[in-house]
This record gives sequence, structure tokens and C-alpha cells, in this order.
Amino acid sequence: MTETPTSTPPLLTLSHASKAFGPVQALSDVSIELFPGEAHALLGENGAGKSTFVKILAGVHRRDSGALQVGGQDANFHSPGEATAAGIAIIYQEPTLFPDLSVAENVLMGRQPLAGLGRIDRATMRQQVAKILSELGVNLDPARRVRGLSIADQQLVEIAKALSLNANILIMDEPTAALTLSETERLFKVVRSLRARGAAVLFITHRLEEVFAECQRVTIMRDGMWVSSGPIAEYDTDKVVRQMVGRDLGELYPHGEAQLGEVALSVRGLTQPGVFRNISFEVRRGEIVGLAGLVGAGRSEVARAIFGIDPREAGEVKVNGHVLTPLSPQTTMAAGLGLVPEDRRQQGLVMDMSIERNANLAILNRLRKGWLMDRAAEADNARQWTEKLRLKAHSLSDPASSLSGGNQQKVVLAKWLATNPSVLIVDEPTRGIDVGAKAEVHRTLSELAASGLAVLMISSDLPEVLGMAGRILVMREGELVGEVSRAQASEEAVMYLATGQHKRQEGAA
Amino acid sequence: MKRRGLLGWELSVIVLVFVALFGGALLSPDFLTASNLSFLTANFSEVALMSLTMTLIILVAEIDLSVASILGLCSAVLGALFAAGWPMPLAILAAFGVGGLAGLFNGLLVTRLGLPSLAVTIGTLALYRGLAYVVLGDKAIADFPAFYTNLGFGSIPGTQIPIPMALFAVLAVITAIVLHGTAFGRSLYAIGANEIAARFAGLQVTRVKLSLFVLSGLMSALAGTVYTFRFASARADNASGFELSVIAAVLLGGVSIFGGKGSVVGTVAAVFLIGIINGALTIVDVSNEILTIVTGLLLIFSVLLPNLLARVRSARERRARGRAVS
Repeated sequence: MTETPTSTPPLLTLSHASKAFGPVQALSDVSIELFPGEAHALLGENGAGKSTFVKILAGVHRRDSGALQVGGQDANFHSPGEATAAGIAIIYQEPTLFPDLSVAENVLMGRQPLAGLGRIDRATMRQQVAKILSELGVNLDPARRVRGLSIADQQLVEIAKALSLNANILIMDEPTAALTLSETERLFKVVRSLRARGAAVLFITHRLEEVFAECQRVTIMRDGMWVSSGPIAEYDTDKVVRQMVGRDLGELYPHGEAQLGEVALSVRGLTQPGVFRNISFEVRRGEIVGLAGLVGAGRSEVARAIFGIDPREAGEVKVNGHVLTPLSPQTTMAAGLGLVPEDRRQQGLVMDMSIERNANLAILNRLRKGWLMDRAAEADNARQWTEKLRLKAHSLSDPASSLSGGNQQKVVLAKWLATNPSVLIVDEPTRGIDVGAKAEVHRTLSELAASGLAVLMISSDLPEVLGMAGRILVMREGELVGEVSRAQASEEAVMYLATGQHKRQEGAA
Repeated sequence: MKRRGLLGWELSVIVLVFVALFGGALLSPDFLTASNLSFLTANFSEVALMSLTMTLIILVAEIDLSVASILGLCSAVLGALFAAGWPMPLAILAAFGVGGLAGLFNGLLVTRLGLPSLAVTIGTLALYRGLAYVVLGDKAIADFPAFYTNLGFGSIPGTQIPIPMALFAVLAVITAIVLHGTAFGRSLYAIGANEIAARFAGLQVTRVKLSLFVLSGLMSALAGTVYTFRFASARADNASGFELSVIAAVLLGGVSIFGGKGSVVGTVAAVFLIGIINGALTIVDVSNEILTIVTGLLLIFSVLLPNLLARVRSARERRARGRAVS
């Protein structure tokens, strides 16, 4: 990548900024410089103060002390509108667009070109937006309604909107968390074109491989404080993780030498027309099997069908040698299968309910004394599993919604481990959680596998699958298209199978 | 945190019950006499009974608007069969059978066809009331054996406690134990707060909901039997409009219309509050129309207030979150 353009003056300089909310010091003495044409990664665990930092740049919060300069001039934002006017645009993880309006209307919202009588001049509007989109190298119809666009496309609409406002500082908050690999690749292409136009892009992400591939400089934060900044060349993964976490994590992907036992999960000919076809595989005790593929390849659907919560037309599921009939969550759970679902907030947790109640939800009937719930057993069970997973919470009677993403995921894991499963399917177990919690989830899964659990791991995070799984099954368009052993496993090998390309193609995104 | 908020709500309702009693005493010196209180509580025993099962149904984020119509249908069936010469125990059993079936029909439409319970039970509200008229027409069946009517308007021997209220007390305790002490009760809260997550935890959401609608039908049958004997009269239009009071009591008791929050204590307190307010207004000869208006206002108030409180709370939390999360 290009040299850090330190010779040119920075577009934005924030120096020694602090922010307290009441007694809580959210930020202290944080500094950053953003140069034209650079992609700058802002790294830190959840709770490190990144969001507060972004909100100060966005004019949502006001800093208590420190200085901000934008384009060489002192800036004091009193509202988000002032930040926008100064050329700062924020692209949030979940775009906030009007779903029933067109792409063009969303881009130019409130600034639509007018024809006579105050009517919106649709032709001009579409032309303007088409021009912005083509400059970005994006193939999107300006007349299309936003409803039904993928998150990736919606982000591009947001970026187009930022450009139409002449923003030259773009802040992206975990833009790739919900994107597929090809969508991520396309986003970075857009980012490169933004950089070529002299804009600065600040990235917040948990995916370190993206940082090393796409960013020129990094700033690392921990506990609301600035830790270090510098060109990416001065960093490696170990250093970044060490600085973010403030301690050594050991290996990011623990390799327990697994003793493979008998087949714990066996799936034969699982078919649901239009969703997945003829899925057959086995997972042995002590084994972690990865299930990779692009988003939409049908991985989660297969997992849900195995668990019995989604329908399947044909095929059988055996757990520990017993065919499960009928295939329902009740029979699969009784047979010793658990599913940590993809969507933590919707499927994994009852957010308003306490941590304890959530942790006990799958084994209510085992925590009884006669007809009544045994309150001591309830408290014991929840405490035992949350302690084992090192959950960080004030009190187990707090609602699950009060926890950070990583800790929420631990509660979901606790709920399933409490059922004492022999097979655990985990669907995107570390999506959107920070590096520290991620490493703990990985360690937990390896330990469980080492003690004889069979794990099927669905993940869009390829380094994670490669690091954790003994072998990797790959799905494409509803079919199992191959298996890669750990020895042969590489991101490329998996991606070729997942995309159906057997040769490297330029611009394969 | 939330639990404390709820307890606060229930406590306020209980305090209001005493305020209402005090207010009633100011309105009329006869208000706080044992005989008036006995009459007054007996007067809302059907609403009280049905509010117990309604609590469970609203907790799982469903609703049953057909309860009063099932009551009327069961009352009509009871009367018609008795008039046709059936022995009373069999006629009562048949009424319960009809109530259970009516609830099952509601439940099947909601759980198997996935229809919203609001729409389904508005439909069956009309349907069951219509069936009651089919069964009994405009007739009123009276002349029930004294043994049964005594059960309806009598008191526990040696006390002024009406028998239907004693029945309510027993069932309220049972409902409270089931809701707050059993695995079934735990699952109701989970289903009401997030049905999808409840399914993913292996809870049998469909079966639970179906059983609640059947239970609601059976409770309406019980309320219908009580009503018939208390007034010694079986008519197709018995207890018309009672669903409004039932739902008002449950919501005023702090059960969230969106499901997942509430308690039996709250419902019981609110039943008494509404009953006492109605009783106090009746004693000063306020018309029925005004009573309906009061019930309606209480209903709106009890939905509105938690929402306002939640909005205040979430605004406060949002401010707090700005601190904690970065």
C-alpha cells in the first residue's frame, strides 16, 4: 500500500480529548490524526471507548477537554449537523435509511433537486445519484426502493449520501460485521476509491485481517485511553491484541489435540426444497467440524433443521446412534443436541429476562423439586455455568440486555452447556464480540471438544474456522460441495469451494 | 431493576385499593359494612375469576376477548340443558365441555393457523354470543334448585365471605403458585418476552398457548356457572361486555400488554380496585354508562402509564448507556 502521507497536513486532528459521563470517565487523553487518502483503523475491545470517541467526532457528544481541528481550523461541534457540515460522515453498522423510498431519494434526502411548483425533479435526482454511484464503482439502480437491499448495499447508499454531502472524513463503525466476503471485498474497493479521492476513512472493526490488508495506520484504545498509534507496518497481530487486551491471550486459537471418539452426530440426506439439498455428514466426539460458506449458502438453515426448529422434507438425523423422530427441539435436546443460534438478540436470549433465568431456560424441568422450581438449584446452575465461562456481570438478576455482546454470548453458551449436550452446533459464535471474549469462546469450545463434545461450528470468519476446526465442510447454494482437512485448509481452498471458482480470477468479488 | 419497578406498580395498586375503600367510606357510611363489602365483592366474582386466566394469556402476549361470550354461551347451555331435564351435575359438566371446546377453537386458530389472537377472539366474541342466542333465544331459565343458587349467592358458613369469592381466593393462590413457582410459569414469561428465543430454548410454545386458551375457556365456563347461580338466571346476554373489565383489571394490575411482565398479585389487587370503585360509584347511584366510562378510562390509563414510565426509564438508560458502553 501507499506510504503514509505524513508530509501533507492532516484532515482532522483530535488531541488530548477527554469525556466523562457523571463519575464515569469514558475517554481520557485520546488523540488521533487522520490524513487525506488513508484508511485508519480504530481498534479496541468492546467498552474501550470507541463509540464515545466516534460520537465526539460526530457531534453527538461534546468533549470535556482537548482540541479538535478539522481541515486546519478549530472545530467545536454542538450538534451532528455541524459535524456533517464540516465534512464528517458516520456510516453505522446498521444503516438508517427510509426503506420505502428509492436509493436516489435516500441519498439526496432533504436536498432533492426541484422542478417547477416545488415538485421533485426525479430525472435529475436519479442522474446525480447515478453519477455518485458510478464514481464509487457501484452497480446500484438509483430508482430502486431501499427495502430489500442487503445491508452491504444499504451501506453503499449511506456512503453515496456522505459523498453527496461532500464529506471527506468517513467513519465506519464495524461496517463488515454483517457482510459476506464478496460484499466486504466490494466495500474495500469503494474505500480504495474514496482514498484515491483524498478522503480519510476511519474504520472500527474487530477483524484484524482486514486491518492489516486495508489500513495504513492504526490507533489502539483500551479502557477509554489511547494506547498507541502508528503505521500498520509497525504492528503485527500479537502486538495489536496485546495492546488491546492489555495482557497476553496465549494462542488466539488453542489447538487441543482432540481424541476422536465414536460418531455423535450423523446427518443423512437432509433436504428442504429451495433451501438445502441432500446434506450428509458426521461429527465425532471430540471433534470440531467447521461449516463454511457464503452467507445465504444455507448453513444456518441446515443447523436449524437439524435442531428441529425449521422444517425439512427428507433426511434423518442421528444423535449417538439414535434416529430422532419426530425431529423437534424437544427430541433433539433430549438426545443431547444443542444449538447456539446465529442471532443472539432474537433467537439466543430473552433480553428483558434476567441472566439467571436465561441460563436456566433450557433445563427448567431439571431444576424442580417435585412440582415447584427449586430456587437454590436455579441459582446454583446459573452461577456454576456463568462462572465457568467467566461471565462479567454485576448480578445474575440483571437483565441479559445489560451485558456486552461477548458476555451475552457467554450466557447463551451457559444455557446450552447446562443441558450437558453431547453435540453442540454453534452458529456464528463470535460475531460482533470483541477479541478478548472471542478468545474465551474459542478456548471454551476447544476445552469442551477435548472433553468429548462434538462441535459443529458455523462461521463466516474464515480465520476462526481455520484455526478451530479439525476439518471444514463447505456449502454452496444449499449443497455440501466439499470438505477440507486441517492439513489442506487455507482461506483460498475454502473460498474456491464456497464460491465455486476453481481458478483465481481478478476482481472475483 | 425491572422487577423492582413492577413491584412498585403492584404496591401502588394495593395502596389505591385502600384509598378507594376510604373514598367509599366518605361517600356513604354504609360502605364499609361487612354486608356491603360482601355484596360488593360477590358482584365482581366472575370478572375476578376470568382475570386469572387472562393474566396468563396476556403474559404470553396473546389476548382472549371472547371470555364473556363463552361465559354467556356456557350459561345458556347450562340453562337449556337443565330446562330440558338434565340432572344439574351433568348440565354443569356439559357447560364446562362447551367452555373448553370454545377455548380450544380459539387456541387452534391462533396456534395452528398462526392468526393474531386479537382478530380471532373478536370473531369468536361475536360467534359465541350468537351461539348463546341460538341455544336459548330470548328466554331466561330460572327456577334452579336452591342448593345451587345458594352456592351462587351464599357465604361461607359463619362468615360474610361470598362462596364465589372463596373460590376465587383458592384459584388465585393456585394460579400464583403455578405462575411464580413452576417451570410452566417460568416458560410463560420467556414466551411472552421473546417467543423466538423461547422456541430456540426448546419450550413448547404452541402447546403452552393452546393449553392457556383451553384453560381460559374452562374458567369462563366456571364463571358462567357462578353467574347463572348467583342471579338464578340463565340468559344468552349474561355478562355482556365483561371482557372489558377483565382486561382492564389485568392491565391495571401491571401485566404488560406486550407480554412477558406481570404477576398474579397485581391482577388480584386491580380486580379489587376496579370492583371497589364500581361499588362505591353504584352506592351513590352513578349510572351504568358512567361506570363503563370509568372502566374504559382505567383501561387506557393502565396501558398508557407503563408506556410513559418505560419511556422515561429508557431515556434515562440511554443517557446511562452513553457512559458505560463506548
